[in-house]
This record gives sequence, C-alpha cells and structure tokens, in this order.
Amino acid sequence: MSRLRPLRWVAGSLAVVGAGVAGLAFGPVPLPPVAVATEIINLVPGVRLESGLDPRESAVLLQLRLPRVVLGLLVGAMLSLAGAAYQGVFRNPLADPYLLGVAAGAGLSATAVIALDGPRTLLPAAAFAGALAALGLTYLLGASGGDRSPAALILSGVAVAAFLQAGQVWLMQRHVEDLREIYSWLLGRLATGGWGDVRLLLPYVLVTAVVVLAHRRELDVLTVGDEEAAGLGLHPRHSRLILVVAASLGTAAAVSVSGLIGFVGVIVPHAVRLLAGASYRVILPLSMLFGAAFLTLADLIARTAAAPAEVPIGVVTALCGAPFFALVLRTNRRVSL
Amino acid sequence: MIAARGLRVRLGAAIVLDGVDLDVAPGEWVTVIGPNGAGKSTLLRALSGLVSFSGTVHIGETPIAALRPRERARRVATVAQAPTVPPGMTVREYVLLGRTPYVPPLGRESAADHAAAAQEIAALDLVALADRTLTTLSGGERQRAFLARALAQRAPLLLLDEPTSALDIGHQQDVLDLVDRLRRDRGLTVVATMHDLSIAGGYADRMVLLAAGRVAAAGAPAEVLTEELLATHYRARVRVLPGEHGPLVVPVR
Repeated sequence: MSRLRPLRWVAGSLAVVGAGVAGLAFGPVPLPPVAVATEIINLVPGVRLESGLDPRESAVLLQLRLPRVVLGLLVGAMLSLAGAAYQGVFRNPLADPYLLGVAAGAGLSATAVIALDGPRTLLPAAAFAGALAALGLTYLLGASGGDRSPAALILSGVAVAAFLQAGQVWLMQRHVEDLREIYSWLLGRLATGGWGDVRLLLPYVLVTAVVVLAHRRELDVLTVGDEEAAGLGLHPRHSRLILVVAASLGTAAAVSVSGLIGFVGVIVPHAVRLLAGASYRVILPLSMLFGAAFLTLADLIARTAAAPAEVPIGVVTALCGAPFFALVLRTNRRVSL
Repeated sequence: MIAARGLRVRLGAAIVLDGVDLDVAPGEWVTVIGPNGAGKSTLLRALSGLVSFSGTVHIGETPIAALRPRERARRVATVAQAPTVPPGMTVREYVLLGRTPYVPPLGRESAADHAAAAQEIAALDLVALADRTLTTLSGGERQRAFLARALAQRAPLLLLDEPTSALDIGHQQDVLDLVDRLRRDRGLTVVATMHDLSIAGGYADRMVLLAAGRVAAAGAPAEVLTEELLATHYRARVRVLPGEHGPLVVPVR
C-alpha cells in the first residue's frame, strides 16, 4: 500500500490533465497546448485571457473536442472503476465490467436496432435497456439455484452472455448489409455530437463512483472470502449486491454512449494494483484517474492514427494496452495477481 | 462463556452435527478432537454463528442468533483452518481488517483502531514483518498474522480451527505457547480443534471427543485420551503414556 504513496495521486492527476490537454490539442487541426489550456481556463466564469485561437479553432476546441475528451474521461473512469469493483467483489483477477452479461445485452439490443433499421437515436436507450435486462436475467438465474455464491453468479453471467450472443450472431447473419455499422458500434467509439452523451452519462458516473468508493474498505474485507468477512462483522451478500448493482448501472450507462470498449476494465485496475499495492482504497480512485487518462489517449490515437478515418477505440485499447501491461508485469513482479 | 444445547447442523443431505451440547467457562481452553469428518470445524462454525443450525448457542447470556454480525464479531473471533491469504496485502493491512466490527459502516479506521492493530502486531512479534506482504511470509509467521487479525477484534472468545496443522513441531509449540500466554494475560476463552493429540492434551483444560457429529467423551485430557476411546473412535492403535503436562499418545504398529 505504501509503494509510490507520495507520488501516486500526483501521477494520477497529472495523467488526467496531460491526457486531457493532448486530446484537446492534437487532431486534424493542431492547436497549441498553451492556447488550449488558456481557453479551458477561460471557461471559469469571470476569467478572460487571450488564447490566440481564431473563432474556428475555438469552435473546434470547445464544441467538438472538449465534449469528446470529457466523454472519454468519464467512460474510462467508469469502466476502470467498475472493473476494479468486479475484481474485488468476485475475487477474480479476470473479472471485467462485462462479466455479468452487460455487454451481451447491450450488444444484442444495439444490433437489433441497427439490423431492424430502427432510429439510430434509440441506440443508447436500447443498449442501456438491453444491458440492464441481461443483468437482471443473470441475477435471477444465479439466485434460482439457492446458492447465490459469486461463482453461481459468474456462471449464470456466462450462460446469459452466450445465449444473447447467439441471438446477436443470428441477427448479424440475417442482415449482412448492416455488419459494418454493427461492428462499428460493437468495437466502441466516442461520439463527437456535443454534450448530450456527457449529460446522459455524468449522473450515473457520479452515483456509481460515490457508492463504490464508499465501499472501498468493504472490498478490502471481502478479499478474505465470504465466511471470514462475515466473521469480521460484514454482510458479504449485501455488500456484493450493492457494489455489483452500482458498478453494473454505471457500466450499462457507459456502454450505451460508447459501445463495447474492451480491455480498459481489466488492464487499468491491474496496472494500478501492480504499481500501487493491493488495497482497494488505493486501487479504486487511482483506477478512475488512470482509466480516464488511458481512454482519452486511446481515443486520441483512434482518431489520428488513420485520419480522416477512425480506428475503433476498442482495437486501440487492446493494441496499446496489451504491450503496456506486459511491460508493467515485467518490470514489477513483486505483486502477484 | 459459551453454552450450546442440542446443536444440529445439516450440510446438504448430511447431518454433520447431531445434538451436541458444549459448555465452556470464561478463561477456559477447550480442545475439540475427533477423527476426520467428525464435525469439529462445523462445530466451530456453528459456535461463531457462521453456519445455520438448530438448537441454541449462547455467548454469555445472549443467543448468538440474536446478534448482528458486527456485535457477534466483537464477541467471537475465529481463525479458520486455512484462512484466505489476500494477494498483495501487507501484514499491517491484514491485521487492520480485524478492526472491522469497530469501524463505522462505510467509514474508515480511527487512530484507536490503528493503535489496536499496532499493539497486536507487537504482541505477536510481527513488527519487523508489518510491511511485508502475507504471501512472502513463512507458515509460522503467517499463522501469527492470522492470530493478530483475530486478536485485533478484541473478542473475549477465540475459536481456533486446526491452528497448528501447517506447522512443524517447534512452531506448533511456539504458537500454542503464545495463545496460552495471551489467554492468561487477557482472560480469553479458547476453543480449538486439533489433530495432534499429545500436543492438544498438553494445552487444554478440557477436551471434547467428537465422533460422527456427537459428543463421544468430554472431560480432562486424561479422561478423554484413553487407549479404549481412541481405539473405538479413531480406529487407532496407540499407547497412552503419562506426561508432565498431560497424556502422551504414541502410535504403535
């Protein structure tokens, strides 16, 4: 826990600021980072500094890039926090935010909207509803055996995901002409359509963050297993239910605006764990900071690497994340997973 | 301190405990012995309220079923047979988990909680290891960390499930001497399960022999550790010799 203690919060905050400024400054129209920082400071009421940006550049910055960067920060923070919470709740290092069928439910709903030629404005709501429905199904199935153990929940999540994915594949096969659009959604992307998505996602991120961070000590206690945690005075099932519902709601909201961005929820918490220790009091907030920075940088690469075309952000998170994680793993072997 | 009456536990289709009565006086050390599958661990889990049972268990005057988990954890501390070792967790963080029943829900540890944990770390000679992760400790060191976490609960009743099963004979004696000293210093009541009968007899005030979920014998070590009882319930060929601190059980061919 004490590793990198004085530096970790500074490093996390710097990562967010650095990724944010980079995300705002770089793109088809390059903007000087100092001017970008000045324009952002100008957003504070009553402050008016000369940035040197012309009105067109200013519009690119404030109306196109800023909402997208903020969305990237929120989605990255949300997926990383949810992944860390899931790993703690299920005591499983491979747990990710999509473990309980959230991704499959959202994927099937979004595929259905596209394949059946529904209005595209419905996509976020449909994905959100699909994710929640899949989660509910997983819970009902997991509890039906009377066991209600974490393993039963994970297994029912696998079953629900397989079932829904089968439906999705069937739809995709029947509507080959829509494959490109469906894949574009499935592989994830951050929208450039102004502040609407940010407004949609922000309340969920706030609620999820407050609930999950409030349970950070409970997550540490849960690492000793349900029976020992109960012996220490905890209600393991209550804590797990609250954490899973909060993390899943936040994930469903993130998925509804960004599609299925993989890898962030697994890689970021593990990198934090390797560098800063095993306590969830450190892992949760640091995962939010580094997750936000990581996804913002991934989005920067996604929209600049093959400009003017965009690379799906899910492809970037995996391509950049895997080697980075290998590097972290190689340079720090003191903490086992 | 603890009184169990007609304790019956069913796990799936199996009846694991079948009408067990047990009384343990304050400050007493009672060791539960019995062959594999006799129900020893289940008895400890029932006494700590961690498994559902029929019958009654009273801690002092209070039925354990009436206690909320936090209140229960302030009265009963358990060291499981093979406690989970959370990867990456330091000894200090682990011992602090023992303060959970005193930390407000969704709150954090107070200075008093940190002081209590530090006191247990010192009492169990773990100061030099406090910032090491549990996974890097030896078996004996780990057992001391498990004990420190349980002691940090400041519960008057300590339940130890096979506290020495993973240790060599020297470390077994170290750990049991330590528990005995803490028991005398703090007036703790100890209920332990053990497999090594000679060592068990050397530390317990009283012993309970459990067989097939029932109490087969109970009393002073010399009354329970007899060749006849061990032959009947363990199907073991042994000689029982008189020892300085209790009977010595020696296997023979």
